[in-house]
Amino acid sequence: MDWTPVCYEYDGTFAGFLTCVFDSWVNREEPAEFRWEEGVCGSLYPVTAVETDRTKAERVYRSFRRKFGYEGRELVVRGFLTCLPEREVWLWRLIQKGYSQGPSMARDLTDPVVDRVRKAVYHLNHEAHLYTGFVRFSELEGVLVGEIEPKNRVLPLLRLHFCGRYPQERFVLYDRTHREALLHQPGRWAILPAEDVQPGPAGPEERTFRKLWRAFYDTIAIQARTNPKCRMTQMPKRYWGCMTEFQPEEPPALPEHTKGAAP
Amino acid sequence: MELLDKLNILAGAAKYDASCASSGLDRAGRPGTIGSTTLAGCCHTFSADGRCVSLLKVLLSNVCVFDCQYCVNRRSNDLPRAAFTPRELCELTMGFYRRNYIEGLFLSSAVVRSPDYTTELLIQTLRLLREEYRFGGYVHAKAIPGADPLLTRRLGLLADRMSVNIELPSAPSLALLAPDKKKEAILGPMGQIRDGIALSRQELQVSRYAPRFAPAGQSTQMIVGATGESDRQILTLSQGLYRKYQLRRVYYSAYLPVSTSPLLPAPRGFQPPLLREHRLYQADWLLRYYSFQAEELLDEDCPNLDARLDPKCCWALRHPDFFPVEVNRADYEALLRVPGLGVRSARRILTARRVGPLNFEGLKRLGVVLKRAQYFLTCSGRRMSGLRVAEDGLLRHMLALEAPALAEPMPEQLSLFDSAV
Repeated sequence: MDWTPVCYEYDGTFAGFLTCVFDSWVNREEPAEFRWEEGVCGSLYPVTAVETDRTKAERVYRSFRRKFGYEGRELVVRGFLTCLPEREVWLWRLIQKGYSQGPSMARDLTDPVVDRVRKAVYHLNHEAHLYTGFVRFSELEGVLVGEIEPKNRVLPLLRLHFCGRYPQERFVLYDRTHREALLHQPGRWAILPAEDVQPGPAGPEERTFRKLWRAFYDTIAIQARTNPKCRMTQMPKRYWGCMTEFQPEEPPALPEHTKGAAP
Repeated sequence: MELLDKLNILAGAAKYDASCASSGLDRAGRPGTIGSTTLAGCCHTFSADGRCVSLLKVLLSNVCVFDCQYCVNRRSNDLPRAAFTPRELCELTMGFYRRNYIEGLFLSSAVVRSPDYTTELLIQTLRLLREEYRFGGYVHAKAIPGADPLLTRRLGLLADRMSVNIELPSAPSLALLAPDKKKEAILGPMGQIRDGIALSRQELQVSRYAPRFAPAGQSTQMIVGATGESDRQILTLSQGLYRKYQLRRVYYSAYLPVSTSPLLPAPRGFQPPLLREHRLYQADWLLRYYSFQAEELLDEDCPNLDARLDPKCCWALRHPDFFPVEVNRADYEALLRVPGLGVRSARRILTARRVGPLNFEGLKRLGVVLKRAQYFLTCSGRRMSGLRVAEDGLLRHMLALEAPALAEPMPEQLSLFDSAV
């Protein structure tokens, strides 16, 4: 295929990416590089700015289901949430393969492109699954606040789990890596960009529960079976930073400090 | 007594129960309630011994009238005793659950006064949790052997999973170490739960509003290494339990010296048989997911599992006639018998070979552990290139692969000066 190699500059959204896919087919261009708007350094390839267009994006999205089936579409959609280096280029190659090969693309697990994207999606799914367990909420003035530091953008996957589990609660889940927050109140939810979420100091009830949880965590381990390596395999240390049981006990706050600012 | 002290005592008393799974049931959250369960279960943290913590595992009370020799909570043991009130335990569960510390509650109890009275206490707690606090998360309840069947049934209607611990792998061991428990008293409730689950399934097919009795099934646990049973006896027993009682899981728990009874192995210098427990779990998985039979894994000539190698490798080395397996033609069951291939990679092979023939390069991409599997596979009739191992060298080779994982911690060099001073 002798399409012109180019560098696409887009806004970083999924709709923007799909518009790039549309334009690349219309103009017979092969994207060798994708950049978000804040990218400053020059490119070896001619840079084309792509304006996000919802109708184009929807046309491309509809074609996925028709051309490469449910599994293929899931691979592309989830692939966009991963932390795969140059993920747009890999996804573009995957889409190209899907258009030429049809639904069997998603089953061609030994193909280098499919393999790369599938492993990235597997990593995403696994991380999201671990986070369904490792997220810790703190209750601050009736709102549950939690923070995570994932490698992939797991919030859209965690949304289903947590909104289903706590239908009556108001909660905020902040993703420090990607600076996004999942907000939920009964019947409504949103994932919004957020610059910084600073949870206020914990109240006395919250501190009691943290203390009880730490006590439970320490008690439940059996000394004669201590196996730190096994624990680290199951729960790598990068998750420990946001987990209550690994935080040192807070000093008792002064009475006037117990009323923290709402996040 | 402070809640913190009670939690310390009652979680400490329950920690020797191995079961902590929150799997086997998919139930979405509903408006007006709190909580859901997922089919695969969810681990919320891992304790320092590497075991998953998924449920708030506590006893309602550790005041026991029984005197089982292997148990920490036996009557003759001098321990601090405590009991939660139902409301205290519900508040604690809800507080933990809302903060996403736990997936649900694992509720057990020592036998207070009588089995019936204890079961009534458990029912009272779970009713409060389900009906007043509208808790929809996972509940694992222990059936108390010897309780009235009607009470056990009511407990099962509130819980998701039930378990009765079989404790020891044979009736003579039970008579020796747990004189208050009879084999019949353990198997009775187990059979009752099985029948209750089957009946509930039938009723649910007629009406989806029918009450659900232990919808996530039942499990059991036995202690390994306290008495002289061989691995063969243990695995045969497990297989019987899976077939006859449709258990979801059998847990094995390496014996830990928690008492100084003269009937038990000496506590001094005793190491819990952790590796044996690990091998038993591996064999257990082979029974449940890999369509192996207990008789295939062990026979009368070698009644115990080889500690140096995993059971599937051992089986493969004893059956050279079964191999090599042709990746592009073999059925799922045959693929699962190859060392280095698991459920996931076998499924991936089935998917990938519909598109085109597989080679060893492709197998590596699918996640097959080739360093083990290469000796047992062919791709389109060809062995892996450069593979040259004589039949008798295979065992040595396999042992060498497994050895690093089994290495003992490095012995410390003797020092003239004690560093602790």
